[in-house]
Amino acid sequence: MKTSYYPGCTLKTKARNLEDAALASLAALSIEVEELERWNCCGAVYSLADDDLIHQVAPVRNLVRAKDAGAGRVVTLCAQCYNVLARGNLLMREDEDKRRTLNMFMEEETDYHGEVEVVHYLDLLREEAGWDRLRRQVRVPLEGLRVAPFYGCALLRPHEIGVGGQGNRPTIMQDLLTALGATPVEFPLMQECCGAYEIVANPAQSLERSARVVASALGCGVDAMVLSCPLCEYNLGKKQGAAARSVPALPVYYFTQLLAVALGLGPASCRFDLNMVGARALLERRGFLDASIAV
Amino acid sequence: MAVQMLLSELDETILHKVAEISNQNIYRCMQCGTCTAVCPMVTDMEITPQRVVALLQHGIVDPLMESRTPWLCASCLTCQVRCPRGIELPRVMEAIRQLMLRRRHDQLSPRSIPSASLAELPQIALVAGFRKLTG
Repeated sequence: MKTSYYPGCTLKTKARNLEDAALASLAALSIEVEELERWNCCGAVYSLADDDLIHQVAPVRNLVRAKDAGAGRVVTLCAQCYNVLARGNLLMREDEDKRRTLNMFMEEETDYHGEVEVVHYLDLLREEAGWDRLRRQVRVPLEGLRVAPFYGCALLRPHEIGVGGQGNRPTIMQDLLTALGATPVEFPLMQECCGAYEIVANPAQSLERSARVVASALGCGVDAMVLSCPLCEYNLGKKQGAAARSVPALPVYYFTQLLAVALGLGPASCRFDLNMVGARALLERRGFLDASIAV
Repeated sequence: MAVQMLLSELDETILHKVAEISNQNIYRCMQCGTCTAVCPMVTDMEITPQRVVALLQHGIVDPLMESRTPWLCASCLTCQVRCPRGIELPRVMEAIRQLMLRRRHDQLSPRSIPSASLAELPQIALVAGFRKLTG
């Protein structure tokens, strides 16, 4: 099955680290994906207004592109993009009236009926590689690294589109971390919203929420946190220390960066310069970035 | 919080609009309060999610139009997945937001964002913020 890749706007610039590590890892695992041509911004949030379909055009058009490319599925990394595309896809599959309206509106485009599957990178990894194969390809086991998996909201809710298909009890990130040799540490707020766009509108309140999430992880004794969204990474990572409540620093990575490091691809594919201060340093101290280790 | 109710003030048009935009039947709500219990933004909301629905059930919309609650909602859907009645509360919040936004009461202005923030914010924050908080 051909797999298209939808990056989304932020992954080409500020979240280049998420993308570079992800694509390098796919190559190392011989999983082929092809970036969509002419993709557009998905809109970042799924419109919840039932009477206004114009906001659905952006995500649906990307799905049309995937169909035009002959792809059976489109994979994405950013949790927000995943959420919007997956829910847009559900809409096109389940609501006949809205599907007709949107196809008629986009009359110059191919008609779309939900033919393409929207998958998150984690699900693609599990389906195409599987944890056993991944474990065998690990060159730099992340031994002793206690990692908090942060899902946030967009990867999980609504449950119809939740990654791993596990509803309220996702384990897919934990399974990945275990395969990489790390120790996943579940924590109470791992499914809580980081604050998302409230960082723009109500920054003080949003930062307080983010600080709570980080504190919750630290309370379980972790060395690091991983996540899958540039906005989560900004709220929980880069803006650590900006909240009124003070929280000790916790290095935050995209899960793809730990994946790339564990596969022995080294820091070159990870763009740690785009992470928060201290992120690269932790991995260096633990010897995971030592070039001589990777075969 | 005490709210005075007068039957003559029941605003059916706006209630219909909320129902139309949200496609939700808020009369299913049994006021269990789970939505409020799980909401990550609730501590800053002067009207809790549970109260929002209670007010709507009684046809009272004005306090909601003036409340910070719909604008603090991060659309995280935790309330939705927990509601025992299957009410999609985020859609109700969106409807209240749309009632204001379609009257051109934008909640976010590009000029209000410090340039330092603009430089460092991921694009999705701005796209999402403007889509949710402006008309």
